Order: sequence, then C-alpha cells, then structure tokens
Amino acid sequence: MAEEVIVAEGLTRVFNKSLVAVDHVNFSVKDGEVFGFLGPNGAGKTTTINMLITILRPTEGTASILGYDIVKQTNEVRKVIGVVPQEYTADEDLTGYENIILCADLYGIPRETAKKRALELLELVELIDFKDKKVETYSGGMRRRLELACGLVNRPKVLFLDEPTLGLDVQTRTATWNYIKQLKNEYNMTIFMTTHYLEEADALCDRIAVIDHGRIIVTGGPEELKQSLGGDIITISIGENADISDLIQSIENVKEVRNENGSYRIKVESGEVTAPLIIEALRKKGYTVTRLSLTKPTLNEVYLEYTGRSMRDAEESKEAFRAQRITLRRARAR
Amino acid sequence: MSKANTYHPSLVRGLWALTVRELKKWLKDPVMLLMLVIQPLIWMGLLGKSMNLGAMFSASNLGNIPIPEKIPIPGNYIIPPANGVVYISGTLVSQMIQQMFSDIGANVMGSVFGVTDYFSYMSIGMISMIVMTTTMFSGMSIVWDRRLGFLDKVLSTPVPRGAIIFSKVLNATLRAMLQATIILALATIFGLQVSSTFTLLNILGVYAAVFLLSVGLSSVFLAFSIRSTRLERPMQIISLITMPLMFASNTFFPISLMPDWLQAVAYVNPLSYLTDALRQLTILSLDFPKLMTDFMYLSGFAIVLSSIGIVLSWRYLSK
Repeated sequence: MAEEVIVAEGLTRVFNKSLVAVDHVNFSVKDGEVFGFLGPNGAGKTTTINMLITILRPTEGTASILGYDIVKQTNEVRKVIGVVPQEYTADEDLTGYENIILCADLYGIPRETAKKRALELLELVELIDFKDKKVETYSGGMRRRLELACGLVNRPKVLFLDEPTLGLDVQTRTATWNYIKQLKNEYNMTIFMTTHYLEEADALCDRIAVIDHGRIIVTGGPEELKQSLGGDIITISIGENADISDLIQSIENVKEVRNENGSYRIKVESGEVTAPLIIEALRKKGYTVTRLSLTKPTLNEVYLEYTGRSMRDAEESKEAFRAQRITLRRARAR
Repeated sequence: MSKANTYHPSLVRGLWALTVRELKKWLKDPVMLLMLVIQPLIWMGLLGKSMNLGAMFSASNLGNIPIPEKIPIPGNYIIPPANGVVYISGTLVSQMIQQMFSDIGANVMGSVFGVTDYFSYMSIGMISMIVMTTTMFSGMSIVWDRRLGFLDKVLSTPVPRGAIIFSKVLNATLRAMLQATIILALATIFGLQVSSTFTLLNILGVYAAVFLLSVGLSSVFLAFSIRSTRLERPMQIISLITMPLMFASNTFFPISLMPDWLQAVAYVNPLSYLTDALRQLTILSLDFPKLMTDFMYLSGFAIVLSSIGIVLSWRYLSK
C-alpha cells in the first residue's frame, strides 16, 4: 500500500512579513516511509515541521496528514501524530514515568492503558530501571529516548522527529538511530524527520528532500541522489593563480569542472583512473598539483552539488545553539 | 489505513494533569516550602510587630511629661465651689491622663484601622500581598514553558487549548490559597485577634475571596506574557504593577487617610476589595452589605479579566 500520508501543497511561512522561512514547498510522504528534510540551520526545516504538527500556521498553502488538513482539522491531526521535539522537553523535576503519564493525560488516554503503555515504552527504550528517577539525573541519550517514548504514547500513525540526535555524541547517536529503527518496525509508523547530519539521513531515511533557504532543491532516495552525481569527485589545487578549467575539461573521463575559489571540483567517471591522468596532463603544461583529494559520492557531495556550499558552517552554529541550551538548563536548575 | 484514535482528550483531565505537574514541581522543592513559612514570618515580624502603632499611645510614652506632686486648683473650679486654693494629688491626675490617653489611642486605632492592634490588621493585609506575588508567577511560568519547548510539545497534542491556560491560572490560585492558609495559621499563633462575628465558616469566605482575586490577577499576568519568549518582559511588568497596586490599597494602611487622588486609585484597586473582604471575615465585625459589595467587585474582576486573558491567550498561544 503506497498511500500518501503527508501531502504538502505550496506550504509557505513568512515571518515578520519579510523573512520567508519556507517558500512554497511541495512534497508527499508515502505510508510507512521515513522521509527526511536535510539542510543546514535556518533552512526552514523546523518551521516546516512546526506547521505540520499544527503549532505554526502556514502563511500560504497547506498540507494534509492522513487526509486531515493541518489548518482546518488541527484536532484530528494532533490525535494521529506523535512529536519528538528538538529540545529536551521532559520535565526535569518529574520522573521518567511521570513524564510519560503526563503526555498520556494530554491525549486523554485512559489511565489504565496509559500505565501499561508507559512501562512498555520505557522497556523498549531501556529506561525501565530509571523510571522512578528524576529526569534531571538522566544523560543526554537517556533524555532523547524519553522524548521518543513520550512521542509514542498515543500510538501515532505519523511520527515527527525534529533533529532526533542533536547534541549527542557519535556513539549515542548511533544507538539512538537503532532505537528509532526498532520503534518504527514495532509500531509500523510513517516518520517525517529533519536533520542536518548527513550520516543520519543516510542511515535512517528512505527518501530525502534537500532543503535550503526554504526551498526543496532535490528529492530522492539516498542512493538515488548519490548516483545522480554520476561519479566520483576529485578536488585539486595548484600553487599558482591560473585558470585551468578548459585544460582539465579536455582530459578523458572528465564530466564537469567547477572553479571554487582557486580549487577545482572535478566530476569524473572513475576517480582512481582519472586522477593520475589529470596530474600528468597538468605537469605537461608546467603546473604543479599541490593538493588532491578523491571522494566517492556521499550525501555531502550531493549537498554540495545542489546547494553550492558545504554543511560545515551549519555544524558550527549548532554548537553555539547547544551552548545556549546548556546555559538555559543551568538557569532552570537554579 | 487503520481507524482513527478513539481517545478523548478532555478539558478537565488535561487541566488537572498540567496543574498537578506544576504543583508537584513546587511541592517537591524543600527550599520552596521553607520559604513559604519564612517569608510571611519576616513580614509579620517587620511590619506587624515592629510597627506597633497601637503602642504609641501607651501610657509609658507619657512618662516624660512632668506632673507636680501637688496641683493647685482655684476654689471656684471645685464643685461645689470652695474658698481659696485646693490641692489635689499629682498621682491621681497622672493616672487619669494616662487612662484618657490610652482611650484616645484605642479610639484612634479603632476608627482608623478598625481594630486595636496593627498586627492583626497587617497580617490579614499580607494575605492580599501574597496572593498578588504568587499569581504573578503564572506569567513567568508560561514564558519558561515556551523557552524550554514544553509549550510547543503540549500544543502539538490534542489537549484543549483552554486547559493549557486554565492550568496556569488554577496552579497560581491553588498556591495562593495554600499560602493564605499558612499566613492565617502563623498569624493565629502570633496573636491574631479575631472579631466576635468570626466563625469557622468565614474561612470558606476567605478562600472564596482569595480564589476570585487569584483567578483575575493570574489571567492578567498571563495575558501580558503569553507572547513573550524572554523572562525580562513579565518581570518588568510585575515590578511595574505590583508595588503601586499594593500601596494604593488598604493592604497596609487605611484608605481613609490617603490623599484624594490616591483614594480614587485605591477604590478601583481590586486588592482593596480583597483585603476588606478578608478583614470583614476575620478581624472586623462583619458588615454584610459591605462584604457583598466586595464579593461582587471581586467576582466582576475575576470574570472580566479571566475572559480577556483567555481570549487573548487563545489568540496568541500558537504563532
């Protein structure tokens, strides 16, 4: 069954009448799919997710979830979705168990069912031994898992994950991915997630939409996107300031050359074979290659290809964001 | 696809869950509980006992006025008139003056404050003060929830929006009522003099009055901070509003002695009505029509302001 679970049509959000955060976005997510929004900080990922989970009104356009309109049928939408926000929203002064029961109460789940389900979920995310400990004693990974458990308490048909591993170390991140995969299999959900970690999108998503400046630039499966680059990428620099694009272009197997601030991004059929040819050709003309790198296509290359810039900048600002959040947590702990 | 979820998110259930969450946080904090007792103790000690206005008229303050041993009185002032000069004992005169002075004192206290001891007057006023300072945290708490992302999470659930708003109001109200209880208990221990019309039933009236003002005030503070993402804003509003509100009322000092312009403010200040209702119910002899006026005003205040607060909140809760 390939029914479309989420359909967005011309979804747009403008802040303060001038800042276009999400710009006429169209996409659809099929039943049982893990669909990822990939993009740097400020690309409009969270804004999109906030519109889909009905806490932000679209300026223009709309979307539907399981056929319910996110503007007109907010209550129906809220009943069928689960949300795992970017922040750690669990109440630090309550225990893990109490937090899940609180979530269940908000959905109006009968108390008996809620109790059973809370234990079951805590078991699943391996927090059962800590269920009566206050959340303030939890580590980052544990908090993330608790958020997952809270988001699942109403057995949602569609789960929204906003940056599910933000701020976690690499090991915990991988573990969290496993939980997400396991939960998806267990409950057979459709998942919509945002991320700015390329490996995360690669590991979890069936399909990815690369989003930048509020627009979807390309959509496809991770493999499909990598294939679309049509080969390996060689990056070279030469010591001097001369335009050698045409020279490189004339070499066999070279598909495309782009000059990026003095270094050349060369798309080739087979990197291992072509790299020596390039060095050879350049030496004949009297140029010395000072630096060379060969990359097999990854999502990073996909990203670079379609947006023209690397995602590293985004990574840096995320660090600042994390520092701010830690400060906030301290302030709250008094 | 499968059938829709059959759960029914209800206003009452959501309201209770959200309220209990905050009460739990509050009551689990031992420092907070200690503060609950210490704060009123400090105020009672500072204002109630040290500013002992009644004692100003006590006889000991007359000690320095010299009264001679023997006081000569011309005979024609004596009844019936006598010849020459008559002497009476200075001690007797001194006693009489002291008696009159303390009568005047009691009279002044009675007519100005309605009671003879300032401590009783002030400790009841303090309930009003606590109601105000407690309710203003409703605004702060919604800003916290917004900043921490908790509000967004709650908004993404089907819980009725009203439950989110009312939980803040209810939480502030319950806290205020608990604090009123503590103050009453402490005041009783330290010598609160209740009037002859006081019965245990009046305590219910006290709660009702505290409830009404809490609902009104917390709605106001909530409406002011509903859109804010920074704590500074509600704090500024609080400091701007609370002090004038407290002193332009009969919380610590009777309205009748204020200048006209301040009286005008005090007469629309809901805090005055709460304080008056509380005093009527406890330390003053009950004036039923006046009490009714107080309650009518407080009810009006609660209904109008909570409606405004809730309409605003509904409108601005989601962005």
